[in-house]
Amino acid sequence: MLTFTIRRLIIAVPTLLFISLVIFLLLELAPGDPMAQVPLTVPPEVKEKMRLALGLGEPVHIRFWKWIVQFFWIEPQVLIDHIFGTSFSAGDLRVISWQTRSPVMDIVVQRLPQTLMVVGTAYIVAILIALPIGIYSAYRQYSWFDQLGTFVSMVGFSVPPFFSGVLVIVIFSVQLGWFPSIYDTTLEVTSWETFVKQLQQMVMPVMVLALQITAQLSRFMRASMLDNLNQDYVRTARAKGLGEYVVVMVHVLRNSMIPVVTVIALGVPSIFGGAIITEQVFKVNGIGQLLIGAIQANDLPMVQTLTFIFAVLIVLFNLIADVLYGILDPRIRYD
Amino acid sequence: MTDAAKDQSLQHSSVQDELSKPPRSQWRDIWDQFKSHRGALFGGCLFLGIVLGVVVGPFVYWNDAKFVPTGRDFITLRDMRPIYHVLWDPSAKMDWAYPLGTDNLGRDTLARLMFGGRVSLAVGMAAMILALILGSFIGVIAGYFKKLDGLLMRLTDLFLALPLLPMILVAAVLFRESLSQSIGPEGGIFVLIVCLIGITSWMPTARIVRGDVLAIKEREFVLAARSIGTKPSNIISRHILPNVLSPIMVSATLGIATAIITESALSFLGFGFPPDFPTWGRLLNDAVDRMTLFPERVLWPGILISLTVLSVNYLGDGLRDALDPRIRGR
Repeated sequence: MLTFTIRRLIIAVPTLLFISLVIFLLLELAPGDPMAQVPLTVPPEVKEKMRLALGLGEPVHIRFWKWIVQFFWIEPQVLIDHIFGTSFSAGDLRVISWQTRSPVMDIVVQRLPQTLMVVGTAYIVAILIALPIGIYSAYRQYSWFDQLGTFVSMVGFSVPPFFSGVLVIVIFSVQLGWFPSIYDTTLEVTSWETFVKQLQQMVMPVMVLALQITAQLSRFMRASMLDNLNQDYVRTARAKGLGEYVVVMVHVLRNSMIPVVTVIALGVPSIFGGAIITEQVFKVNGIGQLLIGAIQANDLPMVQTLTFIFAVLIVLFNLIADVLYGILDPRIRYD
Repeated sequence: MTDAAKDQSLQHSSVQDELSKPPRSQWRDIWDQFKSHRGALFGGCLFLGIVLGVVVGPFVYWNDAKFVPTGRDFITLRDMRPIYHVLWDPSAKMDWAYPLGTDNLGRDTLARLMFGGRVSLAVGMAAMILALILGSFIGVIAGYFKKLDGLLMRLTDLFLALPLLPMILVAAVLFRESLSQSIGPEGGIFVLIVCLIGITSWMPTARIVRGDVLAIKEREFVLAARSIGTKPSNIISRHILPNVLSPIMVSATLGIATAIITESALSFLGFGFPPDFPTWGRLLNDAVDRMTLFPERVLWPGILISLTVLSVNYLGDGLRDALDPRIRGR
């Protein structure tokens, strides 16, 4: 198992390098000009100097190499410095945003908690809802509960977050006035009232994200339970007189959870991607909104770094899913 | 005649009947199975209805989607409420000539919904066809030619590891100007969005098709075809492609759904079509700013997107059951 993990980690490195190259070349080949926003009255030689100041004067491969070094070598050093108070990275040039002229990673670290708070809560809520629904609809297959569950998850698949988000805003904050429609990131939880406020503003984004995840996860849980419910070992467990609860919740559930756990792990990066839209709807000040803003402002280093962070998340969670599968299921051997 | 003999003769005649019946075609079986799936039938009818309404609607409907009233008409025609609004608010500004009201520039909402639907569905179908062609091509090549298998499947894995939505957004912004200049503002963005969605959604199809091709390649009829000297291109087109048609059709329906959602998401985020060229996502995006006053302008495009995707999903579900011979006949 350990050798498999190490081998997968080693394969992940060229994958990530290739992805970073693809992202870099996409931005490079694109005909957009970072100087397009500069007023026309600025003389060309000044423009040229500005371009050089942004680091655009050098050939492509050198800039790619510089970005790689900055991202993989200097930024981890900054992190280590931040944690242990050392000074490895003193004087090194970091990835600088063209918009704010400050290091990209600092801004990302500022925005990350908001995204993690909303996305993480939504994911946990969705898992807590989806698993019981999946278990019960498999146990009572074709009952009215199962039919309803199928329909609701079909709807959850089909209603895009930019509509469900707007819909809950119209219903709950315009018509009923229960929750605020805009997520206030400056709110600090210090007392009971602010805690309630935080909860209120989180309800709608979490609801919208959770609906989508629940729809997919409950279907997976149901299918996986159905696969196991007709197996011989279930009949054996019933035949030796075990209670129905123990049979379903211990024997069947534990075996059915194996594929579901990997699906949960695989879903994490796509949730970050989906959160881009949800953040935009509820004006959550997270990394999704940061990405949209950076694209609109032609801030290439920021876009590049954020896109690459998404790619790292995907590769990392794919790896985690594979390893988890091997650990949980003793029948799977990767040797 | 004894009962047993009677039974036997009855049985015999029923077997005879069975034999003398004309053979049922495969498509007939598929249609019968499809009909028995109520959700799929409903989804198919709904999808057909939406497509018909969107395609035929503008020819029948009296208002023009692009007409912007000027002068005094602008004041009288703008911000009209839908006719059903009278039910709870008799003083609402409405006109029977504008069943779903007008927007803040006085353009007819229903006409714009039909026009937007045409664009959304056209983008969805075109992107689906592109993804399907790419996916089936790569899947068949990878499954049939062993040498290319490893390379093409690594390529598929790499594409699956790319963060697709951020990259589509980036590419949509970066390439928009140059394409609009060379093909024209609307055509350029149409081509751009179709290509972006197509290029980023072929991977599931390629994987499924490859798996099926790998299994079919080992069957006897392919061996027979090869032994009489059929060329690989003919084996693929005559013997293998017809057998992988069912997974391709299923991923086609599901592909329309994802393509429509992606296009609407792009338009919603402001990276899609220009405002005077509405799609459902764009209409939704335009209406969000004033949704407290005019919630119906948000609801209608959103409902149409959701209904289309829902119907297509049900259609795909039913097709999967109908095209799978193991499930069929149960």
